[in-house]
Amino acid sequence: MELICPAGTPAAFREAVDAGADAVYCGFRDETNARNFPGLNFSRDELRTAIDYARRHGTQTFVALNTFMRAGDEEIWYRAAADAVALGADALILADFGLMAHVTERYPEQRLHVSVQASASNADAINFLVDAFNARRVVLPRTLTIADIARIAPQIRCEIEVFVFGGLCVMAEGRCSLSSYATGKSPNMNGVCSPASHVRYRQEGNELVSELGDYTINRFPAGEAAGYPTLCKGRFDIADSRAYAFEDPVSLDVMGEIDALAAAGVSALKIEGRQRGKAYVAEVVSTLKRALSADPAKRAALLAGLRNLSEGQKTTSGAYEKRWR
Amino acid sequence: MSRTVPPSLTMGPVYYLWDGPKWRDFHFRIADEAPVDRVVIGETVCSKRQHFIEPHIAEVIERLETAGKKVVLSTLSLVTLERESRQIRELIADSEHLIEANDLSALGLLNGRPHSIGPLVNVYNAATARLLADRGATAICLPPELPFTSVEKIIADDPGIAFEVFAFGRMPLAISARCAHARSKGRIKDNCQFVCGEDPDGLPVKTLDRQSFLALNGVQTVSHTCQALLGELASLSACGVSAIRLSPQDCDMVAVAKLYRAVLDDTLDADEAIALLREIYPMAPLSNGFHHAREGAAWVARARNTAHGADLS
Repeated sequence: MELICPAGTPAAFREAVDAGADAVYCGFRDETNARNFPGLNFSRDELRTAIDYARRHGTQTFVALNTFMRAGDEEIWYRAAADAVALGADALILADFGLMAHVTERYPEQRLHVSVQASASNADAINFLVDAFNARRVVLPRTLTIADIARIAPQIRCEIEVFVFGGLCVMAEGRCSLSSYATGKSPNMNGVCSPASHVRYRQEGNELVSELGDYTINRFPAGEAAGYPTLCKGRFDIADSRAYAFEDPVSLDVMGEIDALAAAGVSALKIEGRQRGKAYVAEVVSTLKRALSADPAKRAALLAGLRNLSEGQKTTSGAYEKRWR
Repeated sequence: MSRTVPPSLTMGPVYYLWDGPKWRDFHFRIADEAPVDRVVIGETVCSKRQHFIEPHIAEVIERLETAGKKVVLSTLSLVTLERESRQIRELIADSEHLIEANDLSALGLLNGRPHSIGPLVNVYNAATARLLADRGATAICLPPELPFTSVEKIIADDPGIAFEVFAFGRMPLAISARCAHARSKGRIKDNCQFVCGEDPDGLPVKTLDRQSFLALNGVQTVSHTCQALLGELASLSACGVSAIRLSPQDCDMVAVAKLYRAVLDDTLDADEAIALLREIYPMAPLSNGFHHAREGAAWVARARNTAHGADLS
């Protein structure tokens, strides 16, 4: 199985290549991709240099153009697609049907991958994208169990890539407007979720309160580590219970299941984290690369070292495990 | 495109779990009394609920059609299980009614046949609308998140199909494989015992500072606020929107439909309608932020055009 690694900066890109990534995915420095964070992503020149570096090391480069085109401003996305193709991207990762249609028509030779943001969660949906846009690979939404993936794989006519490590969306990706409900900025339209521009922390007595827009997302008593107020990882009151209503502040780790994923028909394993620093990328990529070729008995020890890199240091197998539902 | 006929009204599918008789009686009353032209029916949120309405679908369709309403069948919005895929394939193969696609599998299966597109499919631009029109879509209900500037541009591109806008109801904001509703009552999705049926208008999610924020509806999360585009109906109509969608809440939806119809027909002033709507559906503050390219929970007051935050009480 290929290991697909994130890069939010040229430095992280080189680290991922050096650490043995089979492919690195990245995006331009604008709203055309779903990690449109300040200080992240690539200019055209930076992408040219990165692709050149990757080529020399036998690594592929995937360019994510996985937000939805704003009506009237389609040219921004079309220009990004044209430039990514011209710079030699090995694949474009797309979510918007209009953009998929444009790319298929203009650049029929260009390899097209379906972004997780497209929410293709079953065989009929995936085959629609294969038939309509010649999609060569689908990144599955984090709504499926490993058994679901094994059932879908023989029914579809393209490769499967799945997220195995890093941040975890609780909601079906590409179908969530929680962030824009509170802030006006969404993953689909702006490439951001729970953006830092709308985050505030305030001390109230012994408690640290985290807010997103006008809403309290969590309160941390003294001594409890304060997490970032990602909306769906907040603590809320429902009737008389106070809890993490959607998901605890955990991150995804299903590297323990890589044999089952391979048996299910998965071609590529994806690491989330374009917003992460180069040290994180280097350590995660090199460890997971070693784990992939390691004897299964020795794998657990290799992976244990990554635990303290994870958000809140707690991990979950998410939807891959049926009881998560 | 100048319009002489004001937009028609569509009653969207009931997103919540209402028991069979409540669901049936709701539609009977809509058939008999509501000035709507089109009614979308069918379970859209969770396939586990299907059996509650199944025994009543035939009689509801008959009553609606007898009353002269056009019936459209809604598909599930998140399809992951083989059973769910099979159900959609069968619905599409067998149906004599127009089908509203809410996920990509339905889009694929409906290729080449007239169908409509629900608000849970991502249509953010004219290129996407055009592609869907080329594949057989005859109508698109645009996503609630879309600002008016985008609505205008998509319609101005004129792909030759009808456009509808989500103008009343708590907004569907997210859907998950995990059921937060079941979990909040100490269960998980697979042994949920249909606890979402206890909350026919959604289960309130409050912040730790007691702000009303969201509501759970099974695997779906909806807004606490109620989308209310009333002052905006004239401009929506002028830009070529041909239908206005009302999404059922647990309130007098006949009164809601009459209110929207009256504003569309220019027999009721929008400000007056807004005040009346607050009496018909007092459970949630009104919002129209998405339409005005603001946060979705915001209420942008009419005329003076000054912005207020949503009432968080």
